Order: sequence, then C-alpha cells, then structure tokens
Amino acid sequence: MDTHEPTRDPSLTIRSLVKAYRPGQPVLKNIDLTLAASGVTAIIGPSGTGKSTLIRCINRLVDPTSGEIWFEGENLVALSSARLRLVRRRIGMVFQEYNLVERLPVIENILTGRLGYVPFWRVWLRRFPAEDIERAFELLDAVGLGSDFATRRADQLSGGQRQRVGIARALMQQPRLLLADEPTSSLDPRTSVEIMDLLGALAEREKVPVIINIHNVELARRCAGRIIGMAQGAIVFDGAPDALDDARLATIYGGEGWLQ
Amino acid sequence: MSASARVRHADPFPPHWGGRALKLLVVVYALYAASTLDVTWSRFVSGLGNGAVFIARMFPPQTAPDKLQLLYEGTLESLQIAILATFFGVLLSLPLGFLAARNLMPRPVVWVARAFIALCRSLHPVIVAILFVKAVGFGALAGALALVVASLGFISKLFGEAIEEIDMKPVEAARAAGGSFLGVTIMAVLPQVAARFIGFASYQFDSNLRNSTMVGIVGGGGIGAPLFTAYQRFDYDFVLTILITVIALVLATEALTGRLRRLFQ
Repeated sequence: MDTHEPTRDPSLTIRSLVKAYRPGQPVLKNIDLTLAASGVTAIIGPSGTGKSTLIRCINRLVDPTSGEIWFEGENLVALSSARLRLVRRRIGMVFQEYNLVERLPVIENILTGRLGYVPFWRVWLRRFPAEDIERAFELLDAVGLGSDFATRRADQLSGGQRQRVGIARALMQQPRLLLADEPTSSLDPRTSVEIMDLLGALAEREKVPVIINIHNVELARRCAGRIIGMAQGAIVFDGAPDALDDARLATIYGGEGWLQ
Repeated sequence: MSASARVRHADPFPPHWGGRALKLLVVVYALYAASTLDVTWSRFVSGLGNGAVFIARMFPPQTAPDKLQLLYEGTLESLQIAILATFFGVLLSLPLGFLAARNLMPRPVVWVARAFIALCRSLHPVIVAILFVKAVGFGALAGALALVVASLGFISKLFGEAIEEIDMKPVEAARAAGGSFLGVTIMAVLPQVAARFIGFASYQFDSNLRNSTMVGIVGGGGIGAPLFTAYQRFDYDFVLTILITVIALVLATEALTGRLRRLFQ
C-alpha cells in the first residue's frame, strides 16, 4: 500500500516552451514549469502576457513553436492528431465565456464532455451510455443546479449558471488535469467567488489538479495553493500565496501606484 | 457681436456630381434601349386590347372530365418532382454546405466546393432541364434532376454561409474535450444551424414547386407540358384552369412551409 497521500508525482512538466504567433516575437519565452498531481495552481499576470496562450498550449488549442509538454508519459507537442484526441479526453477545460451550445439543453451540453469517448453515431442518435447520463445528472447536482435544469436550454441561464454547466461538462470527461481560462472574468464579484470555491471543491473531490488563469489576485490567493506570476511571456514569481507581497506584485504587474 | 465674427462653415452637403451624372446616364440609356427594342406606347395600347380578348377567351375555365384528368395527373407529377428534387437536393446540400464553409474546411476544399456550387447556380433550371432531357430522355426524371441541381446551388450556398456565421466557441470546447470531426460537427455545429437549414429547405421546396411547373415546357414532366400544349392550341380556358390550380397549390404550400418554419424557430 502506498502511504504517500497525495502523491508527489508530477502531473505536468513543461520544458523550454516557446510560442511565437509571429516569427521573432515570442509571446511565451522559454517557460519551464512542473505541476503536482493535485491542488489548485493559479497563473496571474497582466493582460496580454501569455497566460491564455500557455494554458492553450497544454491541450494544443494553440500549437507551441518549440519546447516539450510532458503529461502522463507523453510529449503533447509531438503528438499526431489522432493521439492528441485521446489525450484531450483526459484534460478538461473551463472557458471564460463558458463556450456552451446556446440552442442545446443543459444536459446535452454536459454530455458534450463525453465526445472523446462515445462513437459519433451514438452522439448523432443521442444514445449516450446509461452510466454517462447518470454521471451527467450527478454532476448537475454537484455544481448546484439540480435535475430541474437538465432540459433547459443553455441560452436561458445566467452567467453563473452557465459556468456551472461549463464546469460539469469539463468534469464529465473524468479528466486527469483541469484547465480553467479566466473562468470568472465574465462574472460579477460574488458569483466569481462562488464559482472559484465550487471549482476548488470539485477538483478536490475528483482528485484532479487544476491550473487557473485569473486576473483577480485576491481570488487567486483565496483558492490556490500555488501562485505563478507571469510578466511579458516569462515566469517571474512561483510560490505560495503568502509569499506574494506588494513587492512581488509590483514585479508582476509593474508600477506601484495601484497597490496603494 | 458683429456679423463678421461668425465663422463660415463649409457646405455640409456639397453637390455630388458623379452621382448626378450616373442617374442621368441610367435614364438616358433606358430611353435609348426602349427606342431600339421597339418598345412604344402605341404597341402597348394595342397590346392591351389583345390582352383583353385573350383574358375574355379564358372564361369560363375548362372543366371537362378528360381535361381535369390531364390536369390531375400533371399536377400530381409536378408535386412529386418538387418533393423528390427537394429531398435529394437537401440530402446532398448538407455535405456540400459543410465543404464550402471556410471556418471548418481547408482552403482548397472550399474552393472546389464553391466552384461546384457556382456552376449549379449559373444556369436557369429550365436550361438545366433541357440538358437532362437530352441526357436521360423526356419525363419527370429529367425535370427532377434539373431541380436537384437548382436546390444544390441554393441550399448549399446559404447553408455554407450559415455555418461560417456560427459561434466557434462551443466548437473549441468540443475539440478540447477530444471530440472527433464528426462528433464536434454533430454536437457543436449542427445545433447552431439546424433551424436555418430547415428554413432554407422549405423555401427551396416553394421554389421547386413553382419551377416544376416550368420544366414540363421543355419535356421535363409535370403540368408544364399540358399548359404549353393548351397555349399552342389556343385552349385558353384550359390554360386558366391550370393556372388557377398552380396558384392554389403554390399558395397552399407556402402557407404550409411557413408554419413549418415557425415551428422550428
């Protein structure tokens, strides 16, 4: 029996990652990063500093220019598109603007998380396996919506409710890693806190490590066990929330006037 | 205080000489074209008289049983042509529309698909019907094939454009979940365009029904052939019977497809 709980094996290892949308102008400059197999890691930093690009390189929604991303024994940068699909099934993602299909009911949006597992003809006929449907309803409860919401169309929901559906969809994949790209930037302050708490609680319940891009430093402190500060495409801070003092914040965001 | 202190602004609506010249040119050309084509007032007036005689000879509409039988068979065939052409046209337009969408397909595929669609749209259905009559012989098959081509051109163009207007965010989410191309299409693309697709298909059915009365004139089957024959034999009363039937049929289907579209809003 393994007595080391939680396990200290790294979940994700990023080596010398570079992304340049235009040659010679890298958005990410040589990122090195190792992530534990549990806990919430928040990436903070000013807009346009490459946070979103970094997170999208991990599931290859953005193709890196060079470098390596190791996840469960595979270098994601080198994967063929067929292999990539298999890896993507194990990486859930929560989006800033929820990215739901507006015209589909909530339950079908959640089941979209099973697209990598269920053959297309079953998707076409909406004949998802019974255990998937059961889990979808279970997650609907877990994110605080309840089965009454199952048949409501996504365009009838509020922002906070939509993001709850987004989280359920990501967890539907039974992911081994959860990426969240500015999950609260389109929400009001109170809903933002609720969504972040929910994300943290569910990640713990499902034992899945989370990487969150986030603007709000206070929210990052509240929810994350580790904070990574980025500025101009490089990591300039990496440590516990307590270590993030004003001097460090000034390094990340530049200037000091806004800290007073 | 003095008047000289007022600032003189430039005229905010200066005369647009280019526009005026263009309007004048259009009017002058219309008059010139009318004069060369022998479009004259006196001909129009004498034509009105002929028209009155023609309309007078239409009444009362022909209702002899043998003619009604002819009418029934022709109308039924037209309806069948329209239904067949719409069914197969819609079926083929689905993949073709996808191939023509720039946001989902690589450029070369889009070019080929769009070139094919442009080809389908470039000729009038009656001309296409003539080609098919030569190819497969007289009858409803030629007419139906001609209207399949017309349906392809119309629906796949609009469908492709509808796909290009979709929100790509759900598509991104479905791809991030590891969805295959077909899975992503079914779950994230189709729901966004399905209602509009049904709209296009029902408009095309209206259009196919109108055109199915035309293809008969060149031998493509349907009510067009008896109509054309009736004109040539000066059976204007039977012409009227056919026209009334066609108008009633078109109005009825437009009401029906209108309801269908509202249902799928």
